[in-house]
Amino acid sequence: MFTKILVPVDLAHAEKMDKAVRVASSLAQTYGAALCFVGVSSDAPTSVAHTPDEFAQKLSAFAADKGAAYGIAAVSEAVIVNDPAVELNHALDKTIDGVGADLVVMATHLPGVSDYIWAGHGAHVAAHSKASVFLVRD
Amino acid sequence: MADENNNMADGIPSPDGAANLIDTEYELGQDNVEGSVGPLGFDIHNPVFPVSGAAVVAFVFYTLVLPDQAGAVFSWLFGAVTKGFDWFFLGAANIFVIFCLLLIVTPLGNVRLGGAEAKPDYGYVGWFAMLFAAGMGIGLMFYGVSEPMSHFSSSMGGTAAENGVRTDWAPLGAAVGDEAAAMRLGMAATIFHWGLHPWAIYAVVALALALFSYNKGLPLTIRSAFHPIFGDAVWGWVGHIIDTLAVFATLFGLATSLGFGATQANAGLNELFGVPVNSTTEVILISAITAIALVSVLRGLDGGVKILSEVNMGLAFVLLLFVLIAGPTLFLISLFWDSLVAYVEYLPALSNPIGREDVNFSQGWTSFYWAWWISWSPFVGMFIARVSRGRSVREFVICVLLIPSLVCVLWMSVFGGTALHQVVSDGYTAAQDASLELKLFKMLDVLPLAGITSLIGIVLVIVFFVTSSDSGSLVIDTITAGGKVDAPIPQRAFWCLFEGAVAIVLLLSAGGLSSLQSMVISTGLPFTVVLLLMCYAILRGLLSERKAK
Repeated sequence: MFTKILVPVDLAHAEKMDKAVRVASSLAQTYGAALCFVGVSSDAPTSVAHTPDEFAQKLSAFAADKGAAYGIAAVSEAVIVNDPAVELNHALDKTIDGVGADLVVMATHLPGVSDYIWAGHGAHVAAHSKASVFLVRD
Repeated sequence: MADENNNMADGIPSPDGAANLIDTEYELGQDNVEGSVGPLGFDIHNPVFPVSGAAVVAFVFYTLVLPDQAGAVFSWLFGAVTKGFDWFFLGAANIFVIFCLLLIVTPLGNVRLGGAEAKPDYGYVGWFAMLFAAGMGIGLMFYGVSEPMSHFSSSMGGTAAENGVRTDWAPLGAAVGDEAAAMRLGMAATIFHWGLHPWAIYAVVALALALFSYNKGLPLTIRSAFHPIFGDAVWGWVGHIIDTLAVFATLFGLATSLGFGATQANAGLNELFGVPVNSTTEVILISAITAIALVSVLRGLDGGVKILSEVNMGLAFVLLLFVLIAGPTLFLISLFWDSLVAYVEYLPALSNPIGREDVNFSQGWTSFYWAWWISWSPFVGMFIARVSRGRSVREFVICVLLIPSLVCVLWMSVFGGTALHQVVSDGYTAAQDASLELKLFKMLDVLPLAGITSLIGIVLVIVFFVTSSDSGSLVIDTITAGGKVDAPIPQRAFWCLFEGAVAIVLLLSAGGLSSLQSMVISTGLPFTVVLLLMCYAILRGLLSERKAK
């Protein structure tokens, strides 16, 4: 039913991603789909990484770690934009098309700072993407 | 190299290609407080956000409650700084120019911002438009006509002295009665204030921030540039003071300019369309400018700020081209070369920091300008840094120092030259006699299509304010979020609205705008020390990059 599942992750709140990652992994196992974690960051230093390279490596390590934990092969896609707070939605839209994902599994309603933003992102992706979208409430 | 290896061992890789990250215990955002107010999230640095916010409110309150006292205190401070420290401003600015020129010709210019393999984020057009629009766009609209005219007139008037002290405002030895010489001196003096020196000031701050953020991995805030000097102490109160001062100068600089800009735009609208000159119109103008800036910051760096800057530069270029063609074209072209030569010729005398006889000019104009540019430098420098990743230091300095300086020479030659030509050849003195905000429009009046070009002029004035306001809000947001460029969007909206609100409050209070602007310009003095330290920090930083190669 699905061949490629995309999971947007916020590495600054990685611990809050578990539920969405579990859902995505079990769907990937069920349908034999490939799993791809996408992260969006800036080229200026962030709380996650000092450089874009470091961000890509941390995302890749996250993917490998989750893949091992759930016994599934997972890849990662680091997207660097100039103004991540604003360009995240657009970056996700482009990446969904770019990697040819047919299902997006997304964590929404993280508490605190991301609460407002992430709820908006999930709604945006659901409204704009051709892929199926599964919003996982925290 | 040793540092780089240590970082690699800790799992922190280098930037794109060879560079040399600074090893620090500090985690970006570790002092931040996250939370939400209703549906609006925030992620702010403690104490920079609350202290700078409270200081701004306190100063506005002081100006409102005790306007006379505040006015007296700030104007005394302003006079003491620009008159008492003129030698310091002039000397320091010379150091910045020489420092930047040396970076172009030495091997240090090969270092690339963001690591050896980094690719530029923006093409030349977008990049150049953004740095120019944030840097001095609005000033060019008002001073392009008026400043060459002022220096020309004062030079023609010759020198006057009382008790051995010059009382005239002419630059250097003036050029009494000699129109050609007064024009050359006037153009040289104007270009001196808008050319290499201001752009060197911006370049120093921008380079320091870009280098320590993109190559050294430190947060994108002003304090990071001081890591080579203070070490990890920059994450403590030393850094808090530097960052707070930067926010303070940026916010008040923007708010007071916005207030004055509204009064100037109002005068232009009155001249063109008979719109009444009163505080209601001005409050509406500030609100409109703030609203457009708000849309721009909400659309972000690429979707808002860059697009507006490009539109602005396109319009400014059209206006420049129009005045060049519709005005005395051959005269203007020859004036451009003449002015360039005159600038180089007079540069040593104009930039001499000691033993000046033209005290009114060197203190009232030059020292004032240098303090002004320097008080704006944290904002403009940080914004330029934000959009300059991927450029080599040489390319960066050439594009931030030499090209904008040349554009300023062209702009001043065309706008000032047309107005001067009107006075000297045609005996048309309306532009010369008009108040500052109307000079541009009076000059355009006698060229064809005056209605259309004046409208373009007003649109340019307003959009230049928007491009200062939106980029300023982004800068303040980043500094008050401890260098985070991905802080929640409501935060940047807050600063944009706060800045508009401060401008309106000051506009409605008698004398509030001018007294606080004096205060902002006075912050140029401590920042001059900050900039001199930055030069040393840049040198250290670039040398360690070279070793990393």
